[in-house]
Amino acid sequence: MTLATFLVQCLNAIQYGLLLFLVASGLTLIFGIMGVINLAHGSFYMIGAYMAYALAPWAAAHLGGGFFTALLIGLVLSVVLGYLLEWLFVSYLYEREHLQQVLMTYGLILVFEELRSLLFGDDVHGVAAPGWLAGTIPLGELMTYPVYRLFMSGVCLVVALGMWGVIARTRVGMAIRAGATNREMVQSLGIDIRMLYRLVFAAGMALAVLAGMIAAPVSSVYPGMGNQVLIICFVVVVIGGIGSIRGALVAALLVGFVDTFGKVFFPQAAGVLVYLLMAAVLLWRPEGLFRQA
Amino acid sequence: MTVIARALPALIGGLLLAAFPLVGGAFYVDLAATIMILAIFALSLELLVGHTGLVSFGHAAFFGVAAYATVLLSSKTVPPSVLWLLPAAMLVAAACALAVGALSLRTRGIYFIMVTLAFAQMAYYVFHDTRLGGGSDGIYLYVKPALAIGGVTLLDLDARLPFYYATLFALCLTYGFLLLVARSRFGHALAGIRANEQRMRAAGFATYPYKLAAFTLGGALAGVAGFLYAVKDGFVNPEILAWSQSGTVLLMVILGGVGSFRGAVIGALAFVLLKELFQSEAVFGGFTRHWQLMLGLVIIAAVALMPQGIVGLSAQWRARRRARPDVVHAD
Amino acid sequence: MPTDVLLRANEITRRFGGLKAVDNVSLDVARGEVHALIGTNGAGKSTLVNVLAGELAPTSGRVELLGHDVTQWSQPRRARAGLGRTYQRTTIFPRFTVLENCRLAAQARHQRPVALLDAAAACATTLALAHDALARAGIDALAGRMAGSLAHGQKRQLEIAMCLATAPQMLLLDEPLAGMGPEESTRMIELLAALKPGHGMLLVEHDMDAVFRIADRITVMVDGAVLATGAPQDVRDNQDVQTAYLGEALSG
Repeated sequence: MTLATFLVQCLNAIQYGLLLFLVASGLTLIFGIMGVINLAHGSFYMIGAYMAYALAPWAAAHLGGGFFTALLIGLVLSVVLGYLLEWLFVSYLYEREHLQQVLMTYGLILVFEELRSLLFGDDVHGVAAPGWLAGTIPLGELMTYPVYRLFMSGVCLVVALGMWGVIARTRVGMAIRAGATNREMVQSLGIDIRMLYRLVFAAGMALAVLAGMIAAPVSSVYPGMGNQVLIICFVVVVIGGIGSIRGALVAALLVGFVDTFGKVFFPQAAGVLVYLLMAAVLLWRPEGLFRQA
Repeated sequence: MTVIARALPALIGGLLLAAFPLVGGAFYVDLAATIMILAIFALSLELLVGHTGLVSFGHAAFFGVAAYATVLLSSKTVPPSVLWLLPAAMLVAAACALAVGALSLRTRGIYFIMVTLAFAQMAYYVFHDTRLGGGSDGIYLYVKPALAIGGVTLLDLDARLPFYYATLFALCLTYGFLLLVARSRFGHALAGIRANEQRMRAAGFATYPYKLAAFTLGGALAGVAGFLYAVKDGFVNPEILAWSQSGTVLLMVILGGVGSFRGAVIGALAFVLLKELFQSEAVFGGFTRHWQLMLGLVIIAAVALMPQGIVGLSAQWRARRRARPDVVHAD
Repeated sequence: MPTDVLLRANEITRRFGGLKAVDNVSLDVARGEVHALIGTNGAGKSTLVNVLAGELAPTSGRVELLGHDVTQWSQPRRARAGLGRTYQRTTIFPRFTVLENCRLAAQARHQRPVALLDAAAACATTLALAHDALARAGIDALAGRMAGSLAHGQKRQLEIAMCLATAPQMLLLDEPLAGMGPEESTRMIELLAALKPGHGMLLVEHDMDAVFRIADRITVMVDGAVLATGAPQDVRDNQDVQTAYLGEALSG
């Protein structure tokens, strides 16, 4: 393996890891704050991808904008959708057992999948990256690297920094850090807990939708894409420790590297390696690398 | 309630099932056999979920592994004997359950659900991506097993009726065995672990070995269902290990009523009937293509409105009428 | 006077990050003695009890039970060796009968997990132990009732009965009087007093009347460390204890 190839794979690993982080952070945030396990989180990723597919041409035709306009509309839509979904559905899950949460959100997955089938059919679709990002940059003498993938990593990093900023520096962030165990403290800060839950859920959904939207040009848009991402996110959360954003980042990058380099060195075992990594972590630290005290 | 009175519904159910082939045509006998196989599958999960409190979202892995083992271990020319093939399939499933359980049971609660799901997905990829089981195409069972002693064929599972009664027998044995387990000291300990694991530890029970034993036993029983499934259709493919399959069997358990073995059987029946209904063109016309949408809505409604499942409906109704908290008896 | 020390805590320290919840605590409990552990909320009493029970590992220090070093032992192992505990928040099994609650606890010493053909409910050994424990706790008459339907005081009695069903020698009692009215408290105190012969008890309590009635020794904890330890009258007269904890209401 030459240095240039190695560098390419590293960049791929980082890009995949950061994308996983975006989705997983939403999942772990929702569980850490509200104690709700949401299997349909992968469906939000899928919704994002299909939004990119559907909104880009619409935005181009009606608003003269392109990919980024679609991105913006998609984000706004997802926040609204998340708000409504929390209000009408998720809020009924809070006091329920995990088994019931799991099954109800599983039912939600089926509903979303079929709605997708009704609205968009079952074919695979491609989404074009915006023109000015569709180029490549040279790496060494022979290799090049797609600019768009660097853009993806960039977006994820910016979001990660933004998340850190909100959580570490704002009152809402303090409430989030206090977590579900400190409801009284949160309310004594003058924050309406119901509104907080609604916002956190909407934010979590928006993260997954954003990830789906920016990933669409690279991964294409196809049925079942949400479920694949969901299960890998579970692995990330198990490895990183549920409720920990820092853990999700480290674990996501770890998974990104194991998966990317695994595909290079052990192509037959590629699908299985990530689970072996999870098994190894379970042997050593069953509650994740950064478990909450 | 006396023992006879409590056993009556199960006895009547068994008799009805035994008499069913006399009135039902070939299609319905096959359907009933499918329901019974799924009932065994659901019963094996009920031991984990309802009885021990272990919510496993990866139970399809053991079902699928046993099904594949059945096909892979069978010779392509001579009917293999049930006497060693069935135990072999169960053993393979139990070994997998032991390995997965040993690691997964180091976690609790939500982690456990996620980890079991991930391990099942791993098993799916093993069969889907490798040549071990014919990849995504699946493999066929060329010759179906038989029960032969001393050269005399007692039971040829290739024929519809013998297979039906063999399945019914397996269902009755599984059900009876689980009832025995539930009333034993082992079963009572599992029930205590489900109710309050910390309390059991404080009393002196090492809970990990108990949970692992239950998990392995559940895997072995899922293996029975997997064996029967492979024999029935003569074909296995990786989709039987998909996580949707794990979700389906979990749904059957909760639909029937968690904490009740009767509920697992009823849940399997209810699920298959619902699926037949939603896929029936006579009722839904062209919309049957999207039957999973209706299934999804039913799942949400059932879990939200019937938390105690079908078996708990009468209790739920009585509680609402009396408007006071209902006291549920330990089953 | 030869003392039969059942439980000894040796310089137990437990940290949570930068916080020292338990700071170098040493105490012991002998057979036939009630050793009360008192202190304000957050003094570290529950953490200490969890360390002694085996639910929490100490950052440093040793726990000795019946002469053995059990610091590395799991909670179930300590329980089977003779250490029982009750919880501040009732941890009975509400959906089982009162009798089954105790019978199951007793089963911990008579597990026989492979005997699948025997019905648990017909197990003579555990049934006898359960009835005995219920009788000593004074609730044998409630054996057939659903545990969840009991009144609060009766549930606390059941909590003690479940502890007794495992035939412990050393008992860790975490606020057994929590939420009890005066009549129920008196009954519980009489129960505990009756248990003294043959058992050692570490009693965490806030009810000072009860503590001074049955305790043979008292240890006072403040901010995770031991402030004073000794006979009840000595502790009551101790100036530091009075200023830090008891206040004027109790002097005299």
